[in-house]
Amino acid sequence: MRVGSTFNVAFRALRRNKLRSVLTALGIIIGVGAVIAMVGIGNGAKAQVEAQIASLGQNVILIFSGSTTSSGIRTGWGGAGTLKIEDAEAIRREVPGVAGVSEEVVSTTQVAAGNQNWFTRIYGESADYFDIRQWPLADGAPFTPQDVRSANKVCVIGRTTATQIYGNEDPVGQILRIKEVPFTITGVLTPKGLSPQGVDQDDIVIMPYTSAMKRVIGGTNLRNINVQIGDARQVEAAQQQIIALLRQRHNIRPGRDDDFTVRNQQEIAEAATATSRVMTLLLGAIAGVSLVVGGIGIMNIMLVSVTERTREIGVRMAVGAHGTDILTQFLIEAVTLSSVGGVIGIICGIGASRILSAYAHWPTLISLSSILIAFLFSAAVGVFFGFYPARQAARLDPIEALRYE
Amino acid sequence: MNNGAVVKLIDVHKVYRTGEMEVPAVRGVSLDIRRAEFVALMGASGSGKSTLMNILGCLDRPTSGRYFLDDADVSGLDRDRLADIRNRKIGFVFQNFNLLPRTSARENVELPLLYNVQRLTNAQLREKADRVLASVGLVGREDHHPSQLSGGQQQRVAIARALINDPEVVLADEPTGNLDSRTSIEIMGIFQQLNERGITIVMVTHEQDIASYAQRNVEMRDGIVLSDRVVTQRSAAEAELEKAARSTREEAG
Repeated sequence: MRVGSTFNVAFRALRRNKLRSVLTALGIIIGVGAVIAMVGIGNGAKAQVEAQIASLGQNVILIFSGSTTSSGIRTGWGGAGTLKIEDAEAIRREVPGVAGVSEEVVSTTQVAAGNQNWFTRIYGESADYFDIRQWPLADGAPFTPQDVRSANKVCVIGRTTATQIYGNEDPVGQILRIKEVPFTITGVLTPKGLSPQGVDQDDIVIMPYTSAMKRVIGGTNLRNINVQIGDARQVEAAQQQIIALLRQRHNIRPGRDDDFTVRNQQEIAEAATATSRVMTLLLGAIAGVSLVVGGIGIMNIMLVSVTERTREIGVRMAVGAHGTDILTQFLIEAVTLSSVGGVIGIICGIGASRILSAYAHWPTLISLSSILIAFLFSAAVGVFFGFYPARQAARLDPIEALRYE
Repeated sequence: MNNGAVVKLIDVHKVYRTGEMEVPAVRGVSLDIRRAEFVALMGASGSGKSTLMNILGCLDRPTSGRYFLDDADVSGLDRDRLADIRNRKIGFVFQNFNLLPRTSARENVELPLLYNVQRLTNAQLREKADRVLASVGLVGREDHHPSQLSGGQQQRVAIARALINDPEVVLADEPTGNLDSRTSIEIMGIFQQLNERGITIVMVTHEQDIASYAQRNVEMRDGIVLSDRVVTQRSAAEAELEKAARSTREEAG
C-alpha cells in the first residue's frame, strides 16, 4: 500500500548522506567490477583456447607413438619410435570414414637464405595436412602428393619465418637452405597466431615428410599421425578401429598396454578448456571475496546508520510508520546502494577488461549472463547484508528511540 | 458516553516490570479532555506525566483501564494499529524538536503524509506542506534545513509536522524546554491561535508560567491526578509579547 512512498523515504535518506552512500557503494562497485573483469579475462582465455583447439581442424584424431601408461618406463607422447609409415598407410587403407591422413615428423634446425639465417621448427607432413588443419596458404601453392611420393626438395613456410628471413620480399620460388640442402619455397601460410601453449605457430617450415626423413631429420619413425574423419559421428568408432588396428599391427597381446596414444580433438579440447575453466573459477572466486567484503561494508554502514538514526526512526514511528515500513526503508536503502554499486561496477568491470584487452593484449569476453548474474548477486548482497540492520531498526521501541541521545 | 470528550481515560494504570520488581507509574487516572480544549499536564519528574503522555500518544498501552480516543477504544490495539492511530489522529511536538537533520523544513513536514493510507503525489505533498508551514508563519523557509533555522523556527516546523494530518489532538512534550523565554511566548502564541481554530492541545510542562497559557491545568503526583482546575488568570501570548517589547524599549530608552 505504501511501497511507493517507502522508496521515496529511502531515496531521501540516501541523498541526505551522499558521501557515505557513495563510499558504501564503492565496496560493491569494486567487488562487482572485479568479478566482471576477472570472469571476463577467464572467459576470454577459454574462448581463445577453444578457438585454438578448433584451429587444429575438424574431427581430428591424433596418434602419438609411445604411451602415457606404458608399464615400467613412461616415454611420453611421441617419445618412443613405435609409429611407422606403414601404420599410417594401413589407417588410410583400412579405417572407414577417413578423410585425410598426415604422417608427422618434427625437428628444430637452422635454416638459411642469402646472408639471413633463422632457427625454426621443421614439420614433415603429407599433402593432406593443410586440409586437416584447415590452414590455407596466403601465397603460392602447397606441395603435392607427387612431391611427397618423390621426396622432392620443396617446402611451405609460416609467416614469422618468412618475415625473419625474407623481410618484405616475396619468398615464393626462393631457395631455402635447410641443413645445407636447398629447398624451393612453394608457398607461404596464412598466420595462425599463438598456440594454447604460447608457441608461435607461424614460426615453421613444412615439407613432405618423406623429404624431412630422408634429407633433414633422418630415421624411419613417425612422431605422430594426424587423421581427419569425414563425419563427426564416426570419430568415436574410427578411434576404436585405429586402436584395434595398431594393436594388431604392433602385435600387442590382449591385456598389455598400447605402445601409442590416441586422442581425439574433443578430448584435447576438454583438457585445455578444463584448465581455463579452473582459472575462470579461481579468478571469479577471488573477485567474489571482494564482493562479499563490499557486502559486509554495507552491513557495517547500515548498522552504524541505524544507531545514528535511532531518533529519526523514533520520529518516523511516532508519526505512524509501521515496523515493516522501517524494515522496508532500510532494506531498500541497502539494496539501492548495492544495486546502484552493481551497475556502476559492471560498467567499471567492462571498462577495465577493455583496457586490459587494449593494453595488455589479454583476450576478454564479457557475456550477458555474467552481467546479469553480477547484478542479481549484488542486489542479493544488499538484501542479505541489509536485512539484519533493517530488522534491528524495525524492532526499536518508539519511546526508547525518541529518548535516544 | 459521548460528552464531547475527544480523549477519555477511565481508571488507567501503567506498571513497569524491572526484573522481579513491579513499579507503578500511573495508578488509576481518569480524565476527559473535550474537543478544542488546551490542557497543560504538570508535575515533577517521576509524577507519571511522561508515562501518561506516552499512553495518550498511543506510543504505549495501559496495563489496565480504557482509553477512548475520538470515541474509539485504543487501549487494546497492536503496534501497527497504534501506528495508524498516531498517524491519523495525533500530532507530536517534542522538547528537542526531533526534526530529521539535513532535511528541508518542507520534507520534515511531509513526513507523516508518507505513512498515510492516502497516497499523494509529490506535488500534492509539497503544496500541503507549504500551506501548513505558512499557517505557522514560516513562509520562505520551506527549503531551509534545521541547522539553518533558529530554535523557535525549528519548533514551528515541528508544529507544522504535527498538524499536517489534521489530528484530533496535538501532544506537546515540554515544547518550550529548549527555547528562550521570548521564543517560548511566541510558541505559546501559536498554540493559542491553533486552539482558537478548534484544535485540541495537551501540553506537558513543569513551568507554571507556561502552563498559564492553557485553559486547564492538570497536576500529577505519584501516578495520580492531584488537581484539575480551570486557569482563571490566563496569559495571552500577544499581550505578553507587547509587554516584553515595551520593557525592552524602556530599558533601551
